[in-house]
Parts: sequence; C-alpha cells; structure tokens
Amino acid sequence: MMFAAAAIGILMTMTLALIRALKGPSVYDRILALNTFGTLTVALIAVHGFMAGRPEFLDLALVYALINFIGTIAVTKFVTFSDMGHGGGREDGGDI
Amino acid sequence: MEQIFDILSWAAILSGSALCLIGAWGMIRLPDMYSRMHGAGIIDTLGVGLILIGLIFQAGLTLVTAKLVLILVFIFFTSPTATHALARAALNGGLEPKVMNDGIRLPIDPQNKETPVTKTSGTKEVEPSKT
Repeated sequence: MMFAAAAIGILMTMTLALIRALKGPSVYDRILALNTFGTLTVALIAVHGFMAGRPEFLDLALVYALINFIGTIAVTKFVTFSDMGHGGGREDGGDI
Repeated sequence: MEQIFDILSWAAILSGSALCLIGAWGMIRLPDMYSRMHGAGIIDTLGVGLILIGLIFQAGLTLVTAKLVLILVFIFFTSPTATHALARAALNGGLEPKVMNDGIRLPIDPQNKETPVTKTSGTKEVEPSKT
C-alpha cells in the first residue's frame, strides 16, 4: 500500500519530467529533464523491489545510479564540444 | 517499536513523493533553464532521498540497508555535480539567464569574444536569447 503510493507519485513525477524533456526549448533543458528522469528511475526500481518482495533489485538501482551520472556528463560534454575526447582548451582551463 | 518504524517510514515516503511532485511542478512552470534547476534539485536530493530513507526504515538492519545507503550517498554526490556541469555548459553555450544581478559576467560572450558582458545597475531583465 505504502509502496504503491510511492510508485504512483514517482510515476507522475516521471511523466512531468518527460513533458519537460519533450517541450524544452533548449537542449540543456532536455538534458536536465533526462537526468531527473534517471534519478527517478533509480527510486522506482528500489520501490518496485520492495513491492515485489525481492530486494535484489537494489543492485540494479545501484548500477543505474552510476550509469545515469556518467551518461549525463557524457551527453553534456558531447553537446558542449561536439567531441567526447576534447579536454577543454579555454582560457580558464576548465572542462565543462 | 515496529509500529514506530512503520509510521516513520510512511511519513518519509509520503513527504518524499509530495516533494517529487512539487519539484516536477517547478520544472514545468518556472521560466528559464537556470530556475528549472531548482525544481530538479528538489527532486534529486529531498524527494528521492526521503523515499530511500523511508525504505531504509522498512528494511531494518540488514544488507539491504547497506545497499540503500550506498544508493543514497551516490545520488547525493553525483546529482549536484551533474547539475553544476550542466549549468556551466549552458552558460558557456550562450544560454543567458532571464534575470541578471549585479556584476554577473558571462565567461565567454558568444557574440563578442573580447568583452564579456557585465551588468552593473540593479536587477533587470535582459533580452531573451535568440537561440
């Protein structure tokens, strides 16, 4: 019951984030919405594991949290430099 | 004791879900990308964090709790990092904030590379960027 309420809340939030990802005027809005969507997926996997009585799903959630971070950074870097291997090269020496 | 943990778990999970919805509403309604990040920040830290804390109360003191704490720590560290990198990339990519305060300098002005934009007087609206 409690887990079902949490799952419904998470699913509604994911829908709203997806609306922002579809609507977003700039590409950065879409990346932000996708990052939020991935974080909510982690929570949804964890809640589903508890709801089904199989906490092994938490391993999947753990891996998903790591992959989501790497993916967001990779997409941001690709949008900024049009290249995955580029290391910055601006005056202040920063990356992204 | 069991009931206390149940009540705490209920409260954490329900307020976490509510904060997720509030953050998503902010992501839909706020005017530009930099302010939408506030909504995303609420979802990433408070919303998902409170839901995971509620699950921790349900799990008791087992290996499951250790995994949940690991997920919580990862999300707590990685999501502000990703948002920071995204804001920096957006500012360098020429996406202007809708409202600028005193003395904000864009790192690289996309039109004129020599003179970075400086705003000196008060809080005022700038022209919405064309991109």
